Amino acid sequence: MNINLLYHFGRYILLLKQAFSKPENWSMYWKETLRQMNDIGIGSIVIVALISVFMGAVAAVQFAYQLDGTLVPRWYIGYIVRDLAIIESAPTITCLVLAGKVGSNMAAELGGMRQKEHIDAMEIMGVNTANYLITPKVVAALVVIPLLVTLSAYIAIGGGYLATVPTGQITADEYARGLRAFFIEFNVTMMYVKSFVFAFILTTVSCFQGYYVQGGSIELGKASTNAVVFSNILILLADYLLAVLLTS
Amino acid sequence: MIRAENIFKSFDDNEVLKGISMEFLPGKTNLIIGRSGAGKTVFLKILVGLISPTSGKVYYDDVDFFSLDKKQIREIRMQVGMLFQGSALFDSMTVEENIRFPLDMFSGMTLAEKHDRVNWCLERVNLPGVNDKYPSEISGGMQKRVGIARAIVLSPKYLFCDEPNSGLDPRTALLIDELIQDITYEHNITTIINTHDMNSVMEIGDNIAFLHQGHLAWRGNKDQVLETESEELKSFIFASPFLQRLRTQALAAKNQ
Repeated sequence: MNINLLYHFGRYILLLKQAFSKPENWSMYWKETLRQMNDIGIGSIVIVALISVFMGAVAAVQFAYQLDGTLVPRWYIGYIVRDLAIIESAPTITCLVLAGKVGSNMAAELGGMRQKEHIDAMEIMGVNTANYLITPKVVAALVVIPLLVTLSAYIAIGGGYLATVPTGQITADEYARGLRAFFIEFNVTMMYVKSFVFAFILTTVSCFQGYYVQGGSIELGKASTNAVVFSNILILLADYLLAVLLTS
Repeated sequence: MIRAENIFKSFDDNEVLKGISMEFLPGKTNLIIGRSGAGKTVFLKILVGLISPTSGKVYYDDVDFFSLDKKQIREIRMQVGMLFQGSALFDSMTVEENIRFPLDMFSGMTLAEKHDRVNWCLERVNLPGVNDKYPSEISGGMQKRVGIARAIVLSPKYLFCDEPNSGLDPRTALLIDELIQDITYEHNITTIINTHDMNSVMEIGDNIAFLHQGHLAWRGNKDQVLETESEELKSFIFASPFLQRLRTQALAAKNQ
């Protein structure tokens, strides 16, 4: 078990080494990076927006319920929704969802290319396939996912507003007061640090799973599942480690 | 010239290749034949460097391929074209983009020059005017031709073909064989074909290697196949009673 784990970890590191080398043709890589940005970014806006609005709404409703009958002022709802979105839900939940959507897609794409001998064909042409197929995905994710996380944070705050203000649980002024209260700029830095780390994890782990697929459709399905499962586990582990590191 | 020297390959406990040594003739069509599971594809992938042998060496013009660094391997691969069994055309690209891919990646040509080169390749494989079609919109035989066009776009010195006739009707298979042979002779390419198609053996086999149970069991050319005394080769090539009768007739006609 441990030897198997070390074997796969070593393979993962070697793949990253191969992937992050100098590109053979910058314009081809740039085109591929733009394509990936479109796939990851534009293709995920709807799902991220949908999840974020409910994350914010649920957080606001639940906190309003908790506050009921206590001495804590109700404008705290805005404060809690804001910090929850920035520190935790926007980067972590968004990346967990993207691991399911984007990560499985990447693993399936690369796995399919491996099975159809597309990767072999590129190797024969002299292309560094790890570099050409993986690096643009990672770069695109590192650019686009923090933007999606930012969007998610704004929409979650909007979701909290929609769930509490029109329903009369709190006034718009109270919600705005909560949003402005106790703001710590470092929390935003923390959000972006998490976004970058999680984006790196979900793309590289998913690409690793897809790149080394062997066998048929069952193995491809397993690789796609593994991409999501391992990305999620590693994202949660990294979330904990970053929380300890950045708040200590 | 490509030369394999004492190639062994094992997957776990399964020894697939057991010490194969052979030279491939420059400017000729070299065929690797054998039953399913004989190790043909593994041998071809070792020759082209996609799989490393357990032991043994592959020489390209007396240079040991597996001792080279990545840059040197890339230089050799720029001289190699390969046609895959399933054509391995990129589904999301048009025929033109598929053929142009190596040019986009490695040449400093302008778009117009690349377009001309693509058209030349398509003309050469008798497939003009399909530039804007996607691989899914053309037949299996056409896909093979596009695969050949992509393999020759960088004017390779070596051409590898993995089962070029698989899944094709006999007439189309013959056309593909003729095309590969014509290109080989025209451009003095060293072509290595992995096949179990008997028509290919008898039509274009300038240099034939028969693999049996991981060994090189027979070597010769298409003219020598009829007269072979190798029982393994005879049972492989003249497997059906019909083919055995044809062989007997052919030998009788030759002796008259």
